[in-house]
Amino acid sequence: MSIQEKQQEIIDEFAIYDDWMDKYEYIIELGKSVPTLAPELKTKDRLIEGCQSNVWLATEIKEGKMHFSADSDAIITKGIIGLLIQVYNNESPADILQAELFFINQIGLAEHLSPTRANGLLSMVKRMKTEALQSLAK
Amino acid sequence: MTPQPFSVAAIRELFPALRQKVYGKQLIYFDNGATSQKPQIVLDTLAQYYALENANIHRGVHYLSQQATSAYEEARKTIQHYIGAKGPQEIIFTKGTTDSINLVAFSFGERLKPGDEILISAMEHHSNIVPWQLLCERKGCHLRVIPISKSGELDLDAYDQMLSERTKLLAITHISNTLGTINPVKELIKKAHQVGAKVLLDGAQSIQHLQIDVKDLNCDFYTFSGHKVFGPTGIGVLYGKEDLLDSMPPYQGGGDMISKVTFERTTYNTLPLKFEAGTPHIAGAIGLGSAISFLKGIDMHAAAAHELELTQYAQGILDTFEGLHIIGEAKNKTSVVSFTIDGMHPFDIGTLLDKQGIAVRTGHHCTQPLMDFYQIPGTVRASFAFYNTKEEIDIFIAALERSIQILGA
Repeated sequence: MSIQEKQQEIIDEFAIYDDWMDKYEYIIELGKSVPTLAPELKTKDRLIEGCQSNVWLATEIKEGKMHFSADSDAIITKGIIGLLIQVYNNESPADILQAELFFINQIGLAEHLSPTRANGLLSMVKRMKTEALQSLAK
Repeated sequence: MTPQPFSVAAIRELFPALRQKVYGKQLIYFDNGATSQKPQIVLDTLAQYYALENANIHRGVHYLSQQATSAYEEARKTIQHYIGAKGPQEIIFTKGTTDSINLVAFSFGERLKPGDEILISAMEHHSNIVPWQLLCERKGCHLRVIPISKSGELDLDAYDQMLSERTKLLAITHISNTLGTINPVKELIKKAHQVGAKVLLDGAQSIQHLQIDVKDLNCDFYTFSGHKVFGPTGIGVLYGKEDLLDSMPPYQGGGDMISKVTFERTTYNTLPLKFEAGTPHIAGAIGLGSAISFLKGIDMHAAAAHELELTQYAQGILDTFEGLHIIGEAKNKTSVVSFTIDGMHPFDIGTLLDKQGIAVRTGHHCTQPLMDFYQIPGTVRASFAFYNTKEEIDIFIAALERSIQILGA
């Protein structure tokens, strides 16, 4: 499935919720299902500090594909991380760099990725792309 | 103006922002510590100023300029009378509390010498920490921090021990924005004066809750922000005792603050204009004057009693929640209830409350050293104004229960 298709799948999943609380309940469930990052991986260089919540991002490249795992101290942030990982995992660096990220807006969570929100998510997306770029340069 | 008998229902009618819905739910605004909503009269004053009275002040010969100047100076007098200052020359318009504190740090700070000490407390907002740290770096002074107890009260014995002839300034919050603690400032001021220190009160969280009388408090400086006291953003006040302000050098140079300029030597204007360089926030000052006039029509003692009742009511219910910890349990506190819940991040609780129409603040509230003291990343903070009600607290409690259920399940 392409990045485009994976995003569309998430948009379709969210389409059934017209109540904000139901939507967030779903994100929270997702956040709880995302595996916790092992303590030894929660190092300072993997930490993305936000004003409200912190995010840790670990990256691996296997056979030319990016594999992200991430964690957060806030469960809603972690749920959204789960969605971002779904979209970007097992994709090539080039595809990640080229793809437009549109699902966040479409499912009504744009506020969490606004530069002023300072919860680490926007910085995490930037870090994912930077790591994709760096892997291409190697 | 004689205050009207205190009626929350009547007061709420005057605040258009309180009537709106968010996410389809009636808005409950419990983020008054961050900023207050504005009564219609303040909005009308701003619109009227820009529509009909707009002109630059203090220099125009024309009709509008005189109107604007007189409205601006009237606002100053309104504030002067409200806080009990001796004269309008003791009221300096600034951008807000932060700006007022920086003014004092740069101007009063000029007289400090290496080894001098500035006292603050462990519950200060970053705005009342960082300007002093910068001053200490410039002048080689020392910043000393009065410790607090777990309940969020100042350690007064430690304060006594810390005071000495080296103490040049005590800069302390009147009411803590994170804990709600009302500090015993009169006693603190008296003791500071005994060693010859000056005292700056951070009044950002007190002017909207308490009747302030700077003469009775006998503070040397009192600072507050317009937007937290039902006025516009971008305007604030520095009150200073006249002789002290007079003895301080100007903070910023520009128009309005000068008496005569030549390339060889410039002489400065008298107070208060000496500290108001450039075209000030005229509309903001007039709007703040209008907000303060509005307060004069409110029985502030009854309002304070109502706010205390709200605080105790909310705290009483929250206390019964399992795993919930109230942060800040000073005997003398008001209008702020900060809390954490075991295993739940403040950001998650705040986000779920928001989606139920309830505005609270989450995070460190610009008091990171205080968060370090309690060893927590942040709190959820509900902060009340006199227009809030017990019914709103009931709805907030129900919404919090639902949030906990979702997060904990």
